[in-house]
Amino acid sequence: MIPELGHFSLILALILAFVQGVVPLIGASRNRLALMSVGRTAAQGQFLFIAFSFGCLTWSFINSDFTLQLAAGNSHSATPVIYKITGVWGNHEGSLLLWAMSLALWTVAVTVFSRNLPEIFMARVLGVLGLVSTGFLLFLLVTSNPFDRILPGAPEGRDLNPLLQDPGMIIHPPLLYMGYVGFSVAFAFAIAALLSGRMDAAWARWSRPWTTVAWVFLTAGIAIGSGWAYYELGWGGWWFWDPVENASFMPWLLGTALMHSLAVTEKRGAFRSWTVLLAIGAFSLSLMGTFLVRSGVLTSVHAFATDPARGLFVLALLVLVIGVSLTLFAWRAPTLAGGGSFGLVSREASLLGNNVLLSVACGSVLLGTLYPLFIDALNLGKISVGPPYFETVFVPLMTPVIVLMMIGPFVRWKGDDGNRILRKVGPGLIASVVLGIGAAFAIGHVTWRTALGLSLAAWVLIGSAQILWQRLADRQGAGSGSRLRGIPAAWWGMWFAHLGIGVFIIGVALVGSLNSQIQVKMLSGDTAQLAGYTFTFRGVSNAPGPNYAAARATIDVSRGGVTFATLTPEKRFYEAQGMPMTEASIDIGPLRDVYVNLGDQLEDGAWVVGLFYRPFISWIWFGCSLMALGGIFAASDRRYRRLAEREAPAGAARQAA
Amino acid sequence: MKPRSKRLMLLGGAVALLIGAVALVLTAFQENLVFFHTPTEVAEGKAPTGRTFRIGGLVEPGSIKRAADGLTVQFAITDTAKVIPVTYKGSLPDLFSEGKGAVVQGKMGPDGQFAASEVLAKHDENYMPPEAQHAVDQAQKTAKTVKQ
Repeated sequence: MIPELGHFSLILALILAFVQGVVPLIGASRNRLALMSVGRTAAQGQFLFIAFSFGCLTWSFINSDFTLQLAAGNSHSATPVIYKITGVWGNHEGSLLLWAMSLALWTVAVTVFSRNLPEIFMARVLGVLGLVSTGFLLFLLVTSNPFDRILPGAPEGRDLNPLLQDPGMIIHPPLLYMGYVGFSVAFAFAIAALLSGRMDAAWARWSRPWTTVAWVFLTAGIAIGSGWAYYELGWGGWWFWDPVENASFMPWLLGTALMHSLAVTEKRGAFRSWTVLLAIGAFSLSLMGTFLVRSGVLTSVHAFATDPARGLFVLALLVLVIGVSLTLFAWRAPTLAGGGSFGLVSREASLLGNNVLLSVACGSVLLGTLYPLFIDALNLGKISVGPPYFETVFVPLMTPVIVLMMIGPFVRWKGDDGNRILRKVGPGLIASVVLGIGAAFAIGHVTWRTALGLSLAAWVLIGSAQILWQRLADRQGAGSGSRLRGIPAAWWGMWFAHLGIGVFIIGVALVGSLNSQIQVKMLSGDTAQLAGYTFTFRGVSNAPGPNYAAARATIDVSRGGVTFATLTPEKRFYEAQGMPMTEASIDIGPLRDVYVNLGDQLEDGAWVVGLFYRPFISWIWFGCSLMALGGIFAASDRRYRRLAEREAPAGAARQAA
Repeated sequence: MKPRSKRLMLLGGAVALLIGAVALVLTAFQENLVFFHTPTEVAEGKAPTGRTFRIGGLVEPGSIKRAADGLTVQFAITDTAKVIPVTYKGSLPDLFSEGKGAVVQGKMGPDGQFAASEVLAKHDENYMPPEAQHAVDQAQKTAKTVKQ
């Protein structure tokens, strides 16, 4: 009964999504207020029905209703409740329902937080979001109904894939989806602006906080996914250039470009066409990410057993979205010409550099991810593109981005004096190169990669200090406390996010240069050495879990004769799926992680043990947290709220006219 | 400078940047493509020597052996028609087991052993790496044509 209610509720949500997608757009084109205002109600209703439907599915999982095909395939009566709940999105159908729910949540957020938008603009935004939602709900109901029954029901479920029975599963997918789907708001704003033919500073200002919040979610989602892969996959790596990782990284790159381009459009009215294209691109890449993950065309950790009809449906949706929006763009682009002019040395020019490079970087990831698919589709053989490609490409593409990142904030809008800028940043640039090379010698790993990485990190740190100092010096007269308080949140957002990149680079450079690992064969009492640490194997005991059996090793880690950690890696065996799994154990520290995993037992009773030393790896995620924090500051800036309020009477007046 | 020549310089700079970046991307791309071959193709000598490539198929039942150091693993990959011996040093994926699909990446050694640097297995019980599936399908298709 409960699943049928959920199914029915999903159908009602589809009807409401369709109403939301069509009626307000008709209202906007005929200027009929009554029709336009339908959008809000329909959006909120749609969210309630999807949430109810999601609740029904979750209820069936918690209560182990194995007449529900999805629960039978992805849950088990002995699974801990939390993983019964996360099992809802640990499969194709449920994760799409989560996708649809995120979209509805974003739509409701728009109706709540952007209440002051002109009615006609709001109607178009909601219309576009409604159409996207219609597409996805249709996809769910037609090809991937989560409420399919099997009669008679299965006596026991097959359980959730053990790799997914992890705390990471609780937050990684929801955050990532909120990020992916969040770009649909930026997309809807861009399409609404194209429809109205009015792409001005106000549009950019409305769009900015939404784009930034979506970017924050995506940043957090990717970072948590990377941390999860680090400890769960048991190889001690943090990024694999796996196609599905790339699928989330591409919208991130383009979304980053979009945030910066929106800044130019808001402040100077320039880059308008480009901003619209980026908004369309970021959302299309999010859709493509969904396609790549859900179609099963790739060999990846994220690939579920799949059905080609689904991939085809998402592909059709993708083609439709890109086709319609680009046609609209081509039609409206001539009205977008103009915008402020700017000089060779100007804030605009430096942001243009940022945009070109980030877009090329995104294009290079796209090439590496899709090319194997094209070759395969054309029957020209099977190929893959490995991490070396991405690493070769990313270092030279990102280096100028990072150099520019610390120059841009010094440069004035419209035009500036090149010599003035050079005098400002020159000393810092030289100092950071010297520091970087010196640090590479100090850690005893002198390669151009390490020296470059450390120089860039030094450059970001020195630059950040200098930018802050400059900002304070610019406001003379007041006391330093009130000068600090006088800095707007948006500025702090920029500062923290850029500083986060610096911290991130320190982590990447040091873990890339200094990491080490060995595999050893150990019997109880054996010791092994790695990077100055001594690992003592204390034997293996049984450690049964709720739905698995496990062998748990105890390994003491000491340095200089002092034991400071006891690690307990496990080799688990999940009964329902008959699947073994390695659970690594990590001693996390601010300057290094010591990471241990347990391999197979050999015939002589010894165990294969993997020992990993990962210096500064937590700085990678610390850097990402700073970036996300920066985004939160930027989006919370008071002027967005103030401007929205000031904008409101003007919008109302336009409406009346 | 006149505004016009400034704009031209800016445009020229952006285009030059773009061309340089694209050239870099394409060169790196050419150098890092990893081709895939089925065990049959490898046995027929169609695989490149001295270059990294991938082989997909099933892990031959009874072929997994550990060397005396306990760390080096030997096994064989088959598409049901031909068998290619593989050596690998490192930890194997959890779901790597005999009779199941796997993809190995590495180079062909002079001794006819494939020295793998990476081993990929499936990630859940229903899922088979597309490359492994492809290799088996190819071999079975050939086998059928031969019988007819």
